[in-house]
Amino acid sequence: MSDILVRIDGKEVEASQGMTVLEAAQSAGISIPTLCHHEKLEPFGGCRLCIVEVQVGDWMKRVVSCVYPVEKNLIVRTRSEMIDKIRKMILELQLAHAPDSPELLDLAQEYGADKDRFDKEASFCIHCGLCVRYCDEVKKKNAVGFVDRGIRKEISFIPEIAAKECWNCKECFPLCPTEALQAAFVLTKSLTSPPLSHEPSSEE
Amino acid sequence: MDNDRVDQIIDKYQGEASSLIQILLGIQTENHWLPKEALERVSEKLQVPLARIQHIATFYKAFSLVPKGRHEIHICVGTACHVRGATRVLDTVRDLTGIKPGETDLDLKFSLETVNCLGCCALGPVMEVDGKTHGKIAPGKTADVLKNFE
Amino acid sequence: MPRINSPSELEKLRQGILSDRDPEKPCITLCSGSACHATGSGDVAASIETEIEKQGLSAELDLRKTGCHGFCERGPIIVNHPEESCYFQIKPEDIPEIVSQAVKEKGIVERLLYTDLNTDEKIINESEIPFYKNQKRLVLGSNGSIDPKSIDDYLAIGGYSALEKALSQMTPEQVLEEVKKSNLRGRGGGGFPAGRKWEESRNAPGDIKYVIVNADEGDPGAYMDRSLLEGNPHSVLEGLMIGAYAIGSHEGYIYVRQEYPLAVENLTIALKLAEEYGFLGKNILGSNFNFNIIVHKGAGAFVCGESSALMTALEGRAGEPRPKYIHTAVKGVWDNPSVLNNVETWANVPLIINKGADWFTKIGTEKSKGTKIFSLVGKITNTGLVEVPMGITLRDIIFEIGGGIPGDKKFKAVQTGGPSGGCIPENLLDLEVGFDELSKAGSMMGSGGMIVMDEDTCMVDVARYFIDFLTDESCGKCVPCREGLRQMLKVLTNITEGKGNEGDIKLLEELSEVAKEASLCALGTSAPNPFLSTVRYFRNEYEAHIKEKRCPALSCKELITYHVDPDKCQACMICARKCPADAVDGDKKKIHIIDQEKCTKCGTCFEVCPSRFGAVNKISGESVPPPIAEEKRIITRKSKEK
Repeated sequence: MSDILVRIDGKEVEASQGMTVLEAAQSAGISIPTLCHHEKLEPFGGCRLCIVEVQVGDWMKRVVSCVYPVEKNLIVRTRSEMIDKIRKMILELQLAHAPDSPELLDLAQEYGADKDRFDKEASFCIHCGLCVRYCDEVKKKNAVGFVDRGIRKEISFIPEIAAKECWNCKECFPLCPTEALQAAFVLTKSLTSPPLSHEPSSEE
Repeated sequence: MDNDRVDQIIDKYQGEASSLIQILLGIQTENHWLPKEALERVSEKLQVPLARIQHIATFYKAFSLVPKGRHEIHICVGTACHVRGATRVLDTVRDLTGIKPGETDLDLKFSLETVNCLGCCALGPVMEVDGKTHGKIAPGKTADVLKNFE
Repeated sequence: MPRINSPSELEKLRQGILSDRDPEKPCITLCSGSACHATGSGDVAASIETEIEKQGLSAELDLRKTGCHGFCERGPIIVNHPEESCYFQIKPEDIPEIVSQAVKEKGIVERLLYTDLNTDEKIINESEIPFYKNQKRLVLGSNGSIDPKSIDDYLAIGGYSALEKALSQMTPEQVLEEVKKSNLRGRGGGGFPAGRKWEESRNAPGDIKYVIVNADEGDPGAYMDRSLLEGNPHSVLEGLMIGAYAIGSHEGYIYVRQEYPLAVENLTIALKLAEEYGFLGKNILGSNFNFNIIVHKGAGAFVCGESSALMTALEGRAGEPRPKYIHTAVKGVWDNPSVLNNVETWANVPLIINKGADWFTKIGTEKSKGTKIFSLVGKITNTGLVEVPMGITLRDIIFEIGGGIPGDKKFKAVQTGGPSGGCIPENLLDLEVGFDELSKAGSMMGSGGMIVMDEDTCMVDVARYFIDFLTDESCGKCVPCREGLRQMLKVLTNITEGKGNEGDIKLLEELSEVAKEASLCALGTSAPNPFLSTVRYFRNEYEAHIKEKRCPALSCKELITYHVDPDKCQACMICARKCPADAVDGDKKKIHIIDQEKCTKCGTCFEVCPSRFGAVNKISGESVPPPIAEEKRIITRKSKEK
């Protein structure tokens, strides 16, 4: 595998073909904030928080680092006035849904985001899709999925599958950046209404 | 809609998972909505997780997971109709039927949908009921059209 | 029909079709596109058939049901051949006369001809009518002369000769070079050069490559692609076949909205016939080139017009876009190189191959070549589809071809580019139409929606309308689009409802910037355009809504009130009877008053009040005058009383 030399925040980083900028940065101990990224999962590119500036020759553009592949002579800047401004806004938009998420609040402090900027619509879910993708890609159970689109998009458990698979798994709960509130809530609701013929598992 | 019929539609597409949307459209066209049993059958036959089918069935506008009314009202809210007052037509029809776009009334008489362009902008604003076009429709005239439906 | 196996067999067949046809034989062509269908062309067709039967003319007179002629304002449209006399707004009762005149030499039905609005002169031929005169209908032109369900009709006008030329006289590289040289740019939105996309795919590694027709025309108020597919499906297929040959693809997809039933029907028939005739399948025209096409019906999602979302949908998934840092031309459907162009782009390809890139580049401006079809709609006298050379001014399209604004109203803006585009004000009407020119003005070419707005259109409401549309159509995957638009819609709705605050414009600008910079796909990055362009050119309207709680266009429902002027009201009861909310209090001889509590502001009273009275007023930003005293409401009519 050919090594590719990139420069991230002034630091020379060796990366290999097929790596993303985020992976290259992480390998060199450079931190880029993420919400929807997980090393076991296919890159998603949904939260956009990992946006960075890349420069090839004279051409600068802003890309999200979790999906952008490294290339020769790439220069990456992980912070700039504009990048911080974008991250601040993304956090403020998300905080309207999950105002108590410690992960979001920590990041908000770093980027000076005002958690009360937008009216609260506390649905808790920030649509990072970690639970949905983990259940699909790692567990191959597909007990939880997305429904609808746009601003009506939600996560929803398939009650029959959830009843069978979830009680003994629950691996998605700790992945949730909003502390599994939504996952737990939706799961409970799915399992109780409509009532299922399912016998509660002995572990409950 | 029984499983045999669902199977026939699936077979038409050689049971290929990539034809999932085409198969769901086939069921929707024939049955006017997607019953849960049909989705489960499709999931089983195509080996596609139900969660993904549920996403598709709610993502695309053509699908309905609940039965539709006997009469379908489509109000065009394309830009051409919008600038010619489609919102006022829509508001009046909402008041008359008591339902919002995407809803069906309790008697299953009307389902109301907004559409983005019916391709006859010269007639805007346009209301379509059961496929029949009512062009240049003023809010005040909608009641006359709708009273003819049982 | 036996398969055609070689260019010479194709030529023989074409000659056969032509020699069987007598160009002098009378033929009635009737527009049967969706728009004319809505105005009743189905009934007209039935009565033509009955009348031909009745008059015993079935041997002497043909009827051809064609695609859209474009002049939808005046549909249904009939053109009688060989005179080429055209008639508009035909009703079944006009048919006996049209049929009997059709078989007479130079028979004309005077009363159904087009009357020039300025000179009052009757015009016989389509090409003389101002609406058509200033157009250049290279792509759309054949729509009116062929029956889309007949492949022989297409062959009779030279159809599939470009395919034949490409396969028998040109190498794939030469085809690619010709398209590159023509500088054909994508007619679906961004205007990316088609040739460059093709070349990227051709050079990409992989044996399986796809070519795709994007017929997911989702712009609200645009129906160009629909008309082309309905009226001339073979031209699109032929373009796709040529593209496939150039790229080295053997499988094509047509992604067409299921909301277009006639387009799907005509396309399916065309595919079946093309296969029968040997334009699809193995060893096409004896050239060793193999190619097949699959129709995929779209289930209704605007975002699927975006190439990567469309490709995800083709794979049978929810149409969410994917990051395109590696182009879809290299890594598209199932990670294979895939070239996607829209309907109109593909339909241009046979013309370029037949007539050459040099011919094509003579039309248009330096950077935008050829013609563009627009769906000219909204507050315009001649609603319809127009095809114009690039470089024509907006003014010429709207006033020369479109006939200007109806009802003595004043032009305010023209919106192009659909929800990703913007509004262009009056002082830029002399702008030449081209990809870069429109982008520079804050709008874009898009797929060709052109919505004309007059003084009654509120520009804040237009921005709210588009953001509302996009909020509904966003796939919801990325935050700047899903959440950014959610907040933008809230702010814009507040402004139109008189709840706007100081600082709202700034907040909208900030949200726009983030959506533009950080969204995943073009839907999100272009979503702020309707707001940005309206605030750029019509900031005063925003300010009036926010500061004065006034809608200058008298359009925003929450900011207007209807009021009966007691001095003008003739107590005729028309508005009272028509009011759907029962909000008009009055009687014969008793001046009417609108009960503001009950009024739903539907505007019916305003519309039905006879113009000679003009007693209903719309007001905004001022309080409603108090109702007049009860005793003063009685009108005593003298001489006028009957």
